[in-house]
Amino acid sequence: MTQHEAARRPNRLPTTQYDYDELIHEDRVHQSLYTDPGLFREEMRKVFGAVWVYLAHESQIPKNNDFVTSKLGLRPIIVVRDNAGTIRALYNRCTHRGATICRQPSGSARSFSCPYHGWSYFNTGQLSGVPWPEGYGCDFSDPKYNLAQVPRVASYRGFIFGTLNPDAPSLENYLGPVRRPLDEWLDRHPGGKVAFCDANRLKFRGNWKLLYDNSCDGYHVIFSHRSLLAMENRLVAGNTPEKGMAFYKNSPDDGPVYLKYFGNGHHFKDKRATVEKRPGALWEIEGPHPGMERYEAALRARLGENADAVLDLASSEPVNINVFPNLHILGNHVQVSQPLSVSETDTTWWGTAVVDEKDALYGEVDAVNALRMRTQESFPNFGEVDDLMNFEGIQAGLAAEEDEWVYMHRGLDVPGRITTDADGVITGPSTDEVFLRETYKYYRQLMTAEPDIAITREVAHE
Amino acid sequence: MNETKTHDPSLTSWYVGEDFYQDLVDAFTDWQTDEREVDDLALRDTCRRLLEKEARLLDRRRLEDWIALYAPECVYWVPATPHGGDPRREIAVSFDDRRRLEDRIFRLRNDFAWSQRPQSRTARLVSNVTVFATGDQAELMVCSTFLTTELQAGDRRTYAGWYGHRLRRLDDGWRIVVKQVNLIDCDQNLRNPSIVL
Ligand code: FES
Ligand SMILES: [Fe+2]
Repeated sequence: MTQHEAARRPNRLPTTQYDYDELIHEDRVHQSLYTDPGLFREEMRKVFGAVWVYLAHESQIPKNNDFVTSKLGLRPIIVVRDNAGTIRALYNRCTHRGATICRQPSGSARSFSCPYHGWSYFNTGQLSGVPWPEGYGCDFSDPKYNLAQVPRVASYRGFIFGTLNPDAPSLENYLGPVRRPLDEWLDRHPGGKVAFCDANRLKFRGNWKLLYDNSCDGYHVIFSHRSLLAMENRLVAGNTPEKGMAFYKNSPDDGPVYLKYFGNGHHFKDKRATVEKRPGALWEIEGPHPGMERYEAALRARLGENADAVLDLASSEPVNINVFPNLHILGNHVQVSQPLSVSETDTTWWGTAVVDEKDALYGEVDAVNALRMRTQESFPNFGEVDDLMNFEGIQAGLAAEEDEWVYMHRGLDVPGRITTDADGVITGPSTDEVFLRETYKYYRQLMTAEPDIAITREVAHE
Repeated sequence: MNETKTHDPSLTSWYVGEDFYQDLVDAFTDWQTDEREVDDLALRDTCRRLLEKEARLLDRRRLEDWIALYAPECVYWVPATPHGGDPRREIAVSFDDRRRLEDRIFRLRNDFAWSQRPQSRTARLVSNVTVFATGDQAELMVCSTFLTTELQAGDRRTYAGWYGHRLRRLDDGWRIVVKQVNLIDCDQNLRNPSIVL
């Protein structure tokens, strides 16, 4: 039984200084949600401290003793597969006086030793020694000197999450129906898995929610990404199908693209219906990428009719799967957002490679990945940079603090756009802002509650 | 290789294949050795002028003139790892063949590329130029250090690092076959990296 240590808040700060019912309405939210540093600080506790937060991917720590650093909200974390294989999320914070003990982004280590006074810890979090212990009058076998760690860490099919909230539901229940698109996304790959393969790393001067607000937004595409749409189609001749995101141009309100809201802030935009259901159809709508013609011809020569399905794996899967508050799967990328301050956010687009342990791809996995690296680089280079500057534009605009509201009422009170099924899953057109309204209802619920945040210093294995 | 002669690399990408990648990775592995360093001042000056011209054309935003400095079959490569990595297995910050470089120019010339509205102004310094021989007389590797200052939306930023240029002598002189841009912060999150580096 894990012993949780209740995190006491010093100075008895009031749990909130904000009236969230005043700040969050069905059709609009207040600009201070994006600009107020005190509110941001509450979010790091009430949102990031209360729910399951994505921390890392298992392919980043394949072997025992592998680690990768991460953050839970602003808390520096070391995600480690310890010497017995248990995945832990250790606080990267020396018990002594608080220095980070690990300053490498990733690596392999059986123990961590603090650079400041040399306290050292096994990768289970247990204190292994302090220099000149005879100068201390305490018992260092007391677990209170072990590293703090996230009390609940769990994986869903390779995605590692942690929560500080002992009352949070199980990870599976927290994810709920967003697991289905996640499963489908994984299951299109051999073995139902992918491996991370470096990243497109971007940042912007804006609040983290600007990115979350954008993640299911089918309304912005032809405007914000106008240059990309033109670029992707600049070589398209005659009656060949248009490439990339061109389907948004044809009255996206009633096209086949839809979005779903799953509860707990998770949502999903599904563009797959614009692609014919046959091998090779996905590959056909890929824009131009380096090596495309050469690899395609070689694969077709070697594989014949099997080439189409293999080429589809190099193509971008037309979905956006958004797991609140910081994980997005779009195309073949796993995009992680990391708040740094109320007005600064990192967004890291991890590339994913196909892993083919059972040779389902006729020995062509390397060719698929060589193409797949290039298809993935396109959007961060030519699409996301424009969105990020629009987020920065919002952050700048919201400096006008007496112009209070940010509207999200597209679709509200318009009959016939939205359906809700028996499980409460909401479906609507991809250009509807219902996903924002529902996410902010959940957000308001989180911000008006005070989670019982806990840490543990237990090192026993499960 | 006949294919590459009959296909226009501005329109199709026939030259980026397995052999091309392997040759690229080989050429950019362990190439800066003392034995290979070229001390011919005239040759060094030729390389240096090419790099300085490239910087000047980019600063002036003469993008079509800039890409004319490149061989028809070329690569612009900004690795996301400090060691360059293998672009077949790893995502790069950017990895553009000729067609994608022309895409890039097309987009930068498009009035709706919001990341470049307003357009960045840049001032590039290229220095510490060292030339290295290869096994091939018609090919050179050039290492240089760069410092690019960018003004973007009223905000001044810098990019620093080193370039690895692979040059080939074609009928009309030396041209750039590969430009590898090694940012000192290639594995950090970058703010609006939308200019040509
Ligand atoms: S702060 Fe780590 S040993 Fe003192
Ligand atoms: Fe977008």
